[in-house]
Amino acid sequence: MDELVARALNVAQLRGASYADVRVVETTEQGITVRNGAVAGMSWTEDAGFGVRVLADGAWGFASSHRLELAEVERVVDLAVRIARASARTLREPVDLGSPVIQRGSYRTPVQTDPFAIPIETKLDVLLRADGEMRHVAGVTATEAEMVFIRQRKTFASTEGSLVTQEIVESGCGIEATAVRDGEVQRRSYPNSVGRHQQTRGYEFIVEQDLVGNARRIAEEAVALLSADPCPDEVTTVILGGSQVALQIHESCGHAIELDRVFGYEAAFAGTSFLTPEKLGRFRYGSEVVNITADATLPGGLGTFGWDDEGIPAQRVEIVREGIFVGYLTDRQTARRLLRLLGPSRFVTGESNGTARASGWNRIPIIRMTNINLLPGTWKLEDLIADTDRGIFMDTNRSWSIDDRRLNFQFGCEIAWEIRGGKLTRLLRNPIYTGITPEFWRSCDAVCNADHWVLWGTPNCGKGEPMQVAHTGHGAAPARFRNVRVFGKR
Amino acid sequence: MLGERTIRTLLQDGLRAAPAGETEILLLSTHAALTRFANNTIHQNVATSNVEVAVRTVVGKRVGASVTNRLTPEGLQEAVSRAAAIARVAPEVPDFPGLPEPEPVVAVASFDEAVASASPEWRARQVEEVLRLAESRGALAAGALSTDVAEVAVANSKGVFCYHVGTRIQFRTVVLKEDASGYAERVGWRISAFDPVGVARTAVERAASAQNPRDLPAGTYPVVLEPYAVQDIVSWLGYAGAGALAVQEGRSWMNGRIGTQALSEQVTIWDDGCDPAGIPLPFDFEGVPKQRVVLVEHGVPRGPVYDTVTASKEGKRSTGHALPRAWPEYASLGPIPTNLFMAAGDASTEEMIGRVQRGLWITRFWYTRLVHPRDCVVTGMTRDGTFWIEGGEVAYPVRNLRFTQGYVQALASVERVGAEAWLLGDRFGADRVPRLLLGAFTFTGVTEF
Repeated sequence: MDELVARALNVAQLRGASYADVRVVETTEQGITVRNGAVAGMSWTEDAGFGVRVLADGAWGFASSHRLELAEVERVVDLAVRIARASARTLREPVDLGSPVIQRGSYRTPVQTDPFAIPIETKLDVLLRADGEMRHVAGVTATEAEMVFIRQRKTFASTEGSLVTQEIVESGCGIEATAVRDGEVQRRSYPNSVGRHQQTRGYEFIVEQDLVGNARRIAEEAVALLSADPCPDEVTTVILGGSQVALQIHESCGHAIELDRVFGYEAAFAGTSFLTPEKLGRFRYGSEVVNITADATLPGGLGTFGWDDEGIPAQRVEIVREGIFVGYLTDRQTARRLLRLLGPSRFVTGESNGTARASGWNRIPIIRMTNINLLPGTWKLEDLIADTDRGIFMDTNRSWSIDDRRLNFQFGCEIAWEIRGGKLTRLLRNPIYTGITPEFWRSCDAVCNADHWVLWGTPNCGKGEPMQVAHTGHGAAPARFRNVRVFGKR
Repeated sequence: MLGERTIRTLLQDGLRAAPAGETEILLLSTHAALTRFANNTIHQNVATSNVEVAVRTVVGKRVGASVTNRLTPEGLQEAVSRAAAIARVAPEVPDFPGLPEPEPVVAVASFDEAVASASPEWRARQVEEVLRLAESRGALAAGALSTDVAEVAVANSKGVFCYHVGTRIQFRTVVLKEDASGYAERVGWRISAFDPVGVARTAVERAASAQNPRDLPAGTYPVVLEPYAVQDIVSWLGYAGAGALAVQEGRSWMNGRIGTQALSEQVTIWDDGCDPAGIPLPFDFEGVPKQRVVLVEHGVPRGPVYDTVTASKEGKRSTGHALPRAWPEYASLGPIPTNLFMAAGDASTEEMIGRVQRGLWITRFWYTRLVHPRDCVVTGMTRDGTFWIEGGEVAYPVRNLRFTQGYVQALASVERVGAEAWLLGDRFGADRVPRLLLGAFTFTGVTEF
């Protein structure tokens, strides 16, 4: 491996690259899916390869291959340099990476129990028992239970002298029950929707989730929702459960603070952002109880690592402080551009804050969320509900959509309860809420405390062309928002 | 490219190494290159080569799977052994019908050497012309031009072997000009007649005509949809309900509508993986030949597509729409149509706009998500050129709107179908769709841009 990495960097320099980095990435994934009482899929995936990124004639080129062979390294580096020179045909200004970055070391996800050491029979037993619990509930028409375990080993080296190795381990799981009757379809998921909840932890994470212990409850809720009243169409107070707050952070804050979007690099695909540079340090994004960080050092987060894929160390960065927008997610190139645009300040250093990540060996690093967190407030959830005379409590995301500048959003949840006189009352189905990002966060008047705070995992964040699916984390607790437009399915 | 002969040998070696029982080996070989641009410059430019081999082993009614991209004899042997080891500990799948038997596959030509050999310099020259065009009009272009070659092969221990090689070229751009934008896209497998600059010109013109948008209140309006927006409707109907698993579980928009006049008589939708007017792949990932399946005929849903598992539950034959189940993300999705076509009509754009007294002309939908499956209710935004129509003429551009709309009901209100159909990229394949005039479409929110 060392020879392969060294050869890539040497050849790149010989071909005239002013900068080059190489990443060798090996990923092992185990997936088990049980559906309707039977195994729908049990698989083991191994994926390995390397990618070489070069600067030549001031422009970027990237090439990659699954063949970890020295001859292939030379072909791939040649191609990367040729691609960079082709890119330079349209160059407006040479890429500026700032000062050299030299990092050396290694990082491993701390795990208590190696998930790959747990027998597959043990995992299957949990999934089949959880599935069975759900299927015992009359009215349930489809069930699914899944576990995913990922181990990724990667080496990053650059012509600037960096050489870092990392081993990231992820464990994820989830169950869902679907009930269908008279044209109505209802689904409940646990611990989160869209398949699963996931963290950079070992099998202890799976044990903590207690899929079996929660299976019957969510199945019963799915069936109960079939005959629940529809969510009313009104403007009201909304309390969101923690996982939905996490999704709200992801879509309306996490993507909006990606500096590549702000500079238009994602205009044709992921979109741009309303958080334009002149707003940095002065724009009221949310109320004073809204404090948001990007923290790649949090234990267990899907955005937790030792270094990003440009060799920048993991960091904790303030994004929103007492409601004011104070920070972007940056990589080396965009951090320099921001510095040239705004000049130095306490919000602008010209240094990357370490968020460039690639989904694998065959993709380039782009700015991705690390762990974007709404910091805990002071409320107990029961006190917050008791403090709410009239409103709706919604939980677990069902659908999500937001415009290309991250302003107009509409999110549906799996379940809701009406709040009357400080108590959860009748069940409501098909709840949807909609709003405009800064108006919504400015209407946040309460965030629950650390006892309710969970570092949720989002293992399905799409961005970039060719598409990259990133795994991101979002620490969140239930929170209350005033004057929110809600409605049911139309 | 590996070529059919090499792949056949590889897969046969793999099958020979497999233990008793049934074994299936799927091979996907890709060479993909993409030149990406934004702010009138190429900012990302990439190429990759990969070969993935997925093995499914069946022992009795126990199924195991493994995937590797290590193409050495040892790598393949390990993948086969691992799949078998997983199968041995897996519980039985009582209704697993076994791997498919061999059936004749009709080869479809979809390989263009010019796409396969497209160089970084060629892509950069095409993009450079697009950027010059945008710059000359005071606009900023963003987008991507990609050229790919893919080989797909499936073999199983019952004698199935099928191989296909195809190319794909795709170009799309968002052109930004002051307070507006335009969009254009095309996909195909031939380089001839593929004209990125011509495609981009329509986006430049759309951005220019969308300047100074005005507010429009949310509400229900007639709409003329460009094919980009129509594709979103057809794609969601395909993905979220035209597969047999969704119908069997009662969560499809087809449930209760099969054989009924649920959509406009002007709507006919089918899936055809063998039509060279699309991006063909003549067999599915189980090696079953793809059938042409009419999903909706003159407004009447006829039924979903099947893989072997869902077909056996109804005593039917697979229509050749299996996804690669060895990958965890596809393990429980069920069959999906990936080569959708919507029948064109005879209406011109002018005629469709001319029939609208007060309504909207929409370029594109964006960030659409399923709100509720039974009516295929979807929410999303308009983007890249939305215009108010008054008295049968385009009056002025309007700010983007959020919609929440049942796509079944939308296609029930089709009044006219455009004469021209475009091939556009989809999440799994590509779809060919025309413009539509719909009688009613519901918008539930507004934006400031």
